[in-house]
Amino acid sequence: MKDIKPAILLFVVFTVICGGIYPAVVSGIASALFPKQAAGSFITDKGGKEIGSTLIGQPFSDAKYFWPRPSATSDFGNNPMASGGSNAGPTNPAYLQTVGERVKALRDTGVTGQVPADLVQASASGLDPHISPESTLLQVPRVAKARGVSEALVTMAVTHATETRQFGFLGAPRVNVLELNLALDRLVP
Amino acid sequence: MNAYEWLQTIIFFVVLLALVKPLGSFMAKVFQGERTFLSPVLVPCEKVIYRIGGVKPEDEMGWKRYAGSMLLLNLMLFVGLFAMLMTQHLLPLNPQKVPSFTWQLALNTAVSFTTNTNWQAYVGEQAASYFTQMVGFAVHNFVSAATGIMIAITVIRGFVRRKTSLLGNFWVDMTRCTLYILLPISIIAALLLVSQGAIQNFSAYKSVPLVQSTNYDKPKTDDKGAPLKDAKGNPVVENVIVKEVSIPMGPVASQEAIKELGTNGGGFFNANSAHPFENPTPLSNFIEILLILLIPGALTYTFGVMVGNSRQGWMLLGVMLFILVSAFGVLQWAESSGNPLVAKLGVQSINMEGKEVRNGLAGSNLFTVATTGTSCGAVNSMHDSLTPIGGMMPLSLILLGEIIFGGVGSGLYTMLAFAIIAVFVSGLMIGRTPEYLGKKIEVKEMWMSILVILTAGVTVLILSGIAMITPQAVASMANPGAHGLSEVLYAFASMSNNNGSAFAGLNASVDFYTLLGSLAMTVGRYVPAIAVLAMAGSLAEKKYIPPSLGTLPTDKAPFAIWLTLVILIVGALTFFPALALGPIVEHLTMRGGH
Repeated sequence: MKDIKPAILLFVVFTVICGGIYPAVVSGIASALFPKQAAGSFITDKGGKEIGSTLIGQPFSDAKYFWPRPSATSDFGNNPMASGGSNAGPTNPAYLQTVGERVKALRDTGVTGQVPADLVQASASGLDPHISPESTLLQVPRVAKARGVSEALVTMAVTHATETRQFGFLGAPRVNVLELNLALDRLVP
Repeated sequence: MNAYEWLQTIIFFVVLLALVKPLGSFMAKVFQGERTFLSPVLVPCEKVIYRIGGVKPEDEMGWKRYAGSMLLLNLMLFVGLFAMLMTQHLLPLNPQKVPSFTWQLALNTAVSFTTNTNWQAYVGEQAASYFTQMVGFAVHNFVSAATGIMIAITVIRGFVRRKTSLLGNFWVDMTRCTLYILLPISIIAALLLVSQGAIQNFSAYKSVPLVQSTNYDKPKTDDKGAPLKDAKGNPVVENVIVKEVSIPMGPVASQEAIKELGTNGGGFFNANSAHPFENPTPLSNFIEILLILLIPGALTYTFGVMVGNSRQGWMLLGVMLFILVSAFGVLQWAESSGNPLVAKLGVQSINMEGKEVRNGLAGSNLFTVATTGTSCGAVNSMHDSLTPIGGMMPLSLILLGEIIFGGVGSGLYTMLAFAIIAVFVSGLMIGRTPEYLGKKIEVKEMWMSILVILTAGVTVLILSGIAMITPQAVASMANPGAHGLSEVLYAFASMSNNNGSAFAGLNASVDFYTLLGSLAMTVGRYVPAIAVLAMAGSLAEKKYIPPSLGTLPTDKAPFAIWLTLVILIVGALTFFPALALGPIVEHLTMRGGH
């Protein structure tokens, strides 16, 4: 049993190295090289106050705002304290009913044709900051009407906010909903 | 798949394969005690660690002492984390003042992180302090990963060494693995992830105003916490208006890097790698999938180098790649075909439920097969919401025994057990002496290989069976019907094979799952680990038999095909009935429009 001593001592040593030194070194370098990202990619207002993170989606239901993806987080949608998906199985009747209600809510605003999947199916994190370009364009008439501006103006804001695939091939094209809505509020208050 | 998805998938595998040889030969050098480019910096650190620990590096161990040291260190890990979770409220770095864990949950969590499973029955952002995440979980991520790698290396030494009982010094292997391999890669990876937007700080949770306030109905409770009901028996609710939300912070990136690299998989947040703070961009997603497959892939090359024939390693990698790519193909097909029941409602026919827009279908699906083919268990999409056949892919990859790349180390040693079975069965069929890598395969090796292969499977089936007749276990299912069975099967498959991902609708925080799950994780980790160490001990004592005309070549395509068949047949014979009752029934129901 001469290995009990190294077991205890090396446990302590590795706790110090992996649990103390390693995260401290990463934090130090990260805050020097990428301070904004390390802090949470926050958007600040003119006074420097944090008004949201570009990475954390917010709930929107008003006609004048673009709507984000459905979120299944507990208490209310896009609750950052309870990240997670619906975990609904594909044949669950309650789930199918929920999707049906979401489709109807869109139809009530005048949406016709096939609805993009991402706009009626809940995201994995419940905080997905993005929707697909198709889901964005489909909301343009509603948003333009609610704000009393031309569709061309809103489409322009959408085009401006659309992110392409990273390096031209990675991931999917997308629109950041919070950034788009904030831009619209600045454009047509 | 569109052209972009093809392109990113192909580029991914090219990058992975390009890294196998450099990292694999580096690891071989580290474990054979040779000098590497990191030696000038790390040799002095090593010496200090040995002096502190009272370790004599030249003191080699037989398999029993090696296994004993491994178990002692793992026991320390378990006790340390259990104590930390029970006293979390008293420890520093807890700006949110989160309380301690219950003993059941602490037991489950401590076993989970010690066994490299990282099954999580708690919600990270609500239940774990920064101290727990960093000093507790992160350390386990390193040490449990190193444990797996060292066992694999020891088995390789069993094949390489001749007529000796000595297999190496556990403490030296452990130290070198952590210092030379895990820490340097983690530091680079963590910084890359921060550059993409993964957070790394110690701030308290940030309060931000909502642009548009939201509201919800909160059930009222009496002073004992029981829900209040009105005269008609309906719950009493009050409408709460939410004007600002709290955004959790923390040292996420450092945790994320080792969580993927060590195939641990325990997320900082509940949503795991789907959370934008853990996995913010398509590039971070690419890096994370790469980290998951990196060490298990490169270890096959290390194996080839150490046994003196790198084709032996490429053969194993080929088998793994074939099954991984096949599973990816089926999953991608199933998810892009979508759910006909949803399509009927007028929705585009792809399945985006439980996926993130930025990752796209291919980025989500590749992550899913990587995390379940290895024993990682991190998720960037919610497996519970996959289509039935789609969901059967991660489930099947876990049930195969975590060998399709597999956990760091554990994947390779389990794969070697399969190779031994394949050699033995083919030996019987064609009348050749069962030999593998110059060592005769005898009764002891067969017993140990069978223990390695069947332990997890038997555990899964018995515990899932018990769950089906236990009311508490059945009540935990989130989805009715065949899907509920899939949830339970997945839970025990995940825990027994030390994966840690979940069909997460299942409420796993009840005693039935925390306690039996702890048992499944312990058995699934240590029975195979000790069995392969015993096998390594037995192999090392054998003499080397040079290949003759009667030897089956194990570095050629026919053996690779044969090994693939053995893996698939063992998997199918063990689990087909259970899969037929879960995902297959659900698929037929869905196609039938019910």
